[in-house]
Amino acid sequence: MDAMTSTTATADPVEFYGTRVTSRLLLGTAQYPSPAILAEAIRASAAEIVTVSLRRESGVARSGQSFWQLIRDLGVKVLPNTAGCKTVKEAVTTAEMARELFDTPWIKLEVIGEDDTLQPDVFGLVEAAKILTRDGFQVFPYTTEDLIVADKLLSAGCEVLMPWGAPIGSGRGLNNPYGLRSMRAHFPRVPLVVDAGVGVPSHAAAAMELGYDAVLLNTAVAKAGDPVKMARAFALAIEAGREGFRADPMETRDMAAPSTPVMGQAHFG
Amino acid sequence: MKIVVNGEAAEIRAATLSELLGELGYAEAIVATALNGAMVRKAKRNDTPIAEGDRVEILAPMQGG
Repeated sequence: MDAMTSTTATADPVEFYGTRVTSRLLLGTAQYPSPAILAEAIRASAAEIVTVSLRRESGVARSGQSFWQLIRDLGVKVLPNTAGCKTVKEAVTTAEMARELFDTPWIKLEVIGEDDTLQPDVFGLVEAAKILTRDGFQVFPYTTEDLIVADKLLSAGCEVLMPWGAPIGSGRGLNNPYGLRSMRAHFPRVPLVVDAGVGVPSHAAAAMELGYDAVLLNTAVAKAGDPVKMARAFALAIEAGREGFRADPMETRDMAAPSTPVMGQAHFG
Repeated sequence: MKIVVNGEAAEIRAATLSELLGELGYAEAIVATALNGAMVRKAKRNDTPIAEGDRVEILAPMQGG
């Protein structure tokens, strides 16, 4: 990352469960055209945390082994997910296996309720979060912007909340800016991450301008024509959005207000 | 003996989970294992017998969002 980005980021770190990072972009590792482009995109994004999953491994192809070597060589922190899990039992068992495999208490907890929207099953999510935090996990729950669910997740022991921007992989951006703003206002001290649905850098900047602490995305970078360039574009947008938020934006108004002074204007009529 | 590995039928000779991993080509691989829906930690694989009809899951790190 260039000097401008690293300088401002260093002055403004974010903390998840006591782990301090300077990049506010969390990047997914799926769907890239090749492992080399994945590695280059992670480097270009300056992300310090990447999401990973665990899937059935073939004893012949052993493709997971080379992927894991690539991630370890990049020196990034991993946030394993429970993607695709539809029940509490599936999510909890997957989390337990992820903890052993990746040697981290971090888990991006997904309990999916419905196939078309991949919307979180928030009832299962809260239940799984309770079980996992009791068992020593540090849970990053993929949730909606529902405030009551958020409160229950915090009571369950979650210290980070990750509401969706829009359905996973949809690229629609922030479907409910009001709901996200409301969530930020209700939980001013909880690290909040917009997770999923982001399509273009301006979506990520908008999330940061709302005061969100970070953005987690995958498809928007992986499926771009040039994933490496897009990774850098997101890094810059997130930085810009964060700085804009910290700079305390002006109030909006319905009527125009001249920016050039009226006083002293010549009259030619 | 017939078991199911990662959702597919397999005919195996192994008596324990660790022997099974060796037999199927997972030696030295970084994997997590489950037997009949419950996780089996790496340290327990030597002491975990495999029986006819068991369902084994062998998972590895993979790309994810």
